Amino acid sequence: MTQNIVEIDNLSFGYKNRTLHKGISMTFPKGKVVAIMGGSGSGKTTLLRLIGGQFKPSAGEVRVTGEVVHKQSRGGLYQLRRKMGMLFQQGALFTDLSVYDNVAFPMRELSDLSESMIRDLVLLKLHAVGLRGAHQLMPTELSGGMARRVALARAIALDPQIMMYDEPFAGLDPISMAVICDLIRTLNDALGITSIVVTHDVEETFSFADYIYFVADGVVAAEGSPDDLRQSTLPFIHQFVHGEKDGPVPFHYATGDYKQDLLGPEA
Amino acid sequence: MINFLRNVGSNFIDQIWRLGAGGRLFGLMLISSGESFRRFRLVVREVYFTGVNSLVIISVSAFFVGMVLALQGYHTLQKYGSSEAIGVLVALALVRELGPVVTALLFAGRAGTAITAEIGLMKATEQLSAMEMMAVSPIARVIAPKFWAGVISLPILAALFSMIGILGGYLVAVPLIGVDAGAFWSQMQANVDWQFDILNGVIKSVVFGVACTMIALFEGYDAPPTAEGVSRATTRTVVTSSLAVLALDFALTSFMII
Repeated sequence: MTQNIVEIDNLSFGYKNRTLHKGISMTFPKGKVVAIMGGSGSGKTTLLRLIGGQFKPSAGEVRVTGEVVHKQSRGGLYQLRRKMGMLFQQGALFTDLSVYDNVAFPMRELSDLSESMIRDLVLLKLHAVGLRGAHQLMPTELSGGMARRVALARAIALDPQIMMYDEPFAGLDPISMAVICDLIRTLNDALGITSIVVTHDVEETFSFADYIYFVADGVVAAEGSPDDLRQSTLPFIHQFVHGEKDGPVPFHYATGDYKQDLLGPEA
Repeated sequence: MINFLRNVGSNFIDQIWRLGAGGRLFGLMLISSGESFRRFRLVVREVYFTGVNSLVIISVSAFFVGMVLALQGYHTLQKYGSSEAIGVLVALALVRELGPVVTALLFAGRAGTAITAEIGLMKATEQLSAMEMMAVSPIARVIAPKFWAGVISLPILAALFSMIGILGGYLVAVPLIGVDAGAFWSQMQANVDWQFDILNGVIKSVVFGVACTMIALFEGYDAPPTAEGVSRATTRTVVTSSLAVLALDFALTSFMII
């Protein structure tokens, strides 16, 4: 039986007066690339933050390698986070540090490695994302795609067991997109990690993911392999996968009668 | 009317909440300060950004403040025939009040705003979140070194302010107006007390350093992660720090004099 690295069990979460998740359950088996898809604002990124322990669920639990995330002490949570790497939407590189120092940052902060060892590791990680030649550049000198690759190198700096990607393709050109797509799959297989990808890019995700969860209205609306979902007749999945502008997800934000809005209440 | 009362009430609660959140950050920062002392180069780097980079504005302002003090002082003192006391007047005004207070006000405008904007933007661009997710505490790694750098920098800057101010006062009083140089320095030496004047000035500048830096750090840390949020936080840093410095100055002075 495949071991589940991350398990989300009947999880509910909401901000002040808005419920975002209403009893979501998901499993992320070891060595697989699992995508979480859904429209903007469906709480996908929040799910990653719940896995990372940055938010506390209002009900249910998230388990990472068998340990309940929100029941950890601060020290325990930091220990758990050492098993995770996260690629943020815009990379979140430290703008006052060079590419080299960005990748070296977690090693310097969390390990006792010597500088010469760190140098070898940094170059190794940068080589894996194809940016060894850019190690002395500053983050401001990088394109969006390059910044995200550097952030990826930084996220895998300490060889995490789980990689989380928050909208890794947002705002990228097709070449950078293909590169990131390829890297997610390659790193997953070469390093034997488990990847969780939050995205709304259908084609790219369907090309590399092993399993996909669709989140809508705070619940898992559908799940399955890319092939299963392509065949899906569920109206929401059909609309999403084929990018149709109207369907179960309406084009118009919920509002009153159009005619009455324009002509006033007496019309 | 009810809306007005509701707004006043909600603003009041909001301010109390912010005070609590600021206190909590201060406490967490103190607990996580060990790292700043173990890796003191983190603090030294921040001392460079907050302290060394504020040198020009501090020096130039001090020079002019000293010169104006000498001019105004001479104008009044000569009416009483005691223009030699000009040195004491300049030195006491600078060491006891203007040195710590004006330095703190300039520090809030120059370094405080930079700290708030930097932390606010680090938050907006998810750099603080990224650090959290790497199991590195942003409070220990970013906030605490900046705090200690501010607390170290401000007394040194205030001392420099007083020194350069006295030099400015000397240039106006002695070569320009023609007060006797011997009287200028000897009166100063005789009447400026080490404990009551200089030490009290240092205590003030340390307190202002804690207040200004902590306000700047909290405003940045608490800023909504948007362009508007960061700009508002930066403005609030200057306003709150300035008011805090002036109020604390009154409180400290009343303790020190009584």
